[in-house]
Amino acid sequence: MSDKVIIKNLNKSFPGNNGQLRVLSDINLSIQEGQIVSVIGGSGCGKSTLLRILAGLDTDYQGEVLFDGKPVTKPTREKGIIFQDHRLLPWLTAEENIRFSLPGDVPDKNALIQHYLDLVGLAGFEKTYPKQLSGGMAQRVAVARALANKPKILLLDEPFGALDAITKISMQDELLSIWDKEPITMVLVTHDIDEAIYLGHRVVVMTPRPGRIKGIYDVELNIPKSRTGLDFIKIKEVVFQEFFGASGSPFIYNI
Amino acid sequence: MKFFKNKTLRFWLISLILPLALLGAWKGADLLGMLKPYTMPKPESVIDTAVELAAAGKLHVHVLSSILLVLKGFLLALAAGLILGVLIGLSKRIEAFFELTVQIFKPIPPIAWIPLAILWLGIEDKSKLYIIFLGALFPILLNVISGIKNIDRKYFELAKVYEVPGMKLIFRVVLPGALPEIMTGIRVGLGNAWVCVVAAEMIASVTGVGYLLTYGRSLSRPDMVILAMLLIGIIGKVMDDGLKFVSKMLTKWNNGEEALVR
Repeated sequence: MSDKVIIKNLNKSFPGNNGQLRVLSDINLSIQEGQIVSVIGGSGCGKSTLLRILAGLDTDYQGEVLFDGKPVTKPTREKGIIFQDHRLLPWLTAEENIRFSLPGDVPDKNALIQHYLDLVGLAGFEKTYPKQLSGGMAQRVAVARALANKPKILLLDEPFGALDAITKISMQDELLSIWDKEPITMVLVTHDIDEAIYLGHRVVVMTPRPGRIKGIYDVELNIPKSRTGLDFIKIKEVVFQEFFGASGSPFIYNI
Repeated sequence: MKFFKNKTLRFWLISLILPLALLGAWKGADLLGMLKPYTMPKPESVIDTAVELAAAGKLHVHVLSSILLVLKGFLLALAAGLILGVLIGLSKRIEAFFELTVQIFKPIPPIAWIPLAILWLGIEDKSKLYIIFLGALFPILLNVISGIKNIDRKYFELAKVYEVPGMKLIFRVVLPGALPEIMTGIRVGLGNAWVCVVAAEMIASVTGVGYLLTYGRSLSRPDMVILAMLLIGIIGKVMDDGLKFVSKMLTKWNNGEEALVR
């Protein structure tokens, strides 16, 4: 498989009170086509900034960020983004929100919109306004909107962070089943260790001040993935130790 | 139907108390012999005057000519306010270009333009149209600008992600996003336009409710003056109600309904 995204020596600073504040320090990462990569870290580790740079929403950085071999300079439809907030236009219905995102020259928009609303399990809610949808449903519309644009990569910025635990779990499973049908490259930024391991083929652990990559782990879980199996717990422990250090781990696993 | 729910009905009944009390006091003063016909007529004579003017086919001419004039001036102001407002709201440079001029012209009351308007445009409809236009323009313009500035930046970011072209951005994000404030501006603007038409008609006109008012004064007929005032008030309220309804229809998405599913 080829590298979809290549990040080389990426550095990023924000102007702060005492000169420049370094948010990303020497990030190197390659993402293969069709892979789901989770980026996990505490607040302020620069993981969302990294995603915004990948999306082309932030272009003020040093280093190299290549997408399909070309430098990322601006946002495009090829790079779908799911934000933490669903970011649906409140004055448009579910259907109209997806239509809004599509380019003018797409043939048979109605069928396309219907297909993706069905895919995320929202058949029957075409004419519903975002205010009338629950948080999980609104986020599904956002997923349908991103997918309808046939992106080559899907960038997810804590997509389920605002949802309750139960909804979150079912959304994670749905995301995996969508990936089974359309194995699209995904980068998922999260602060939830379970989510990172459950969804990711690779887990990138980042630490703050300045944000840097501390380790990258391949997750080889059985398919279908399990949230409670031995493999899951083993990897979770490794990631935990990466975060809190071998001695500082607040939990003791007895496997 | 929702409209007839008890709360709404109660609200309307309560709102009727004060007008009826005023009317009662007026009639009471009449019965006690406190009114002199040449300063304050009795309530019935206002109705008589209305019937008399309507029968002579004059009432609706006055009313329609004022309303038509207001609508013309208002629609011109709406078009100008929307176009200019969108340009200023979206571009810092255009905003800088207009900022000082708008700030200086804004505090000048539209009726202060009457002398110049008559000199430049004559005493016909054109000068009145100009006054009405100015009266409606500023509230609309300023609300369009602030409405656009208050749109959450994240929607512009979204439009960037989906490479939404300019015109689609204006019609799908900018105007709907600013709509609640635009509607406020439109309501204030139409109210102002109505005030302006009356003022302009009082100074130079041969028709309209403002003319009816000055005509009543020159004939020393307070019943006609009061009739004109009541017409102005009632028509103003009905126009505002119409806009309130339009506004509610246009912002249906924002009507605080509970989520269908939780």
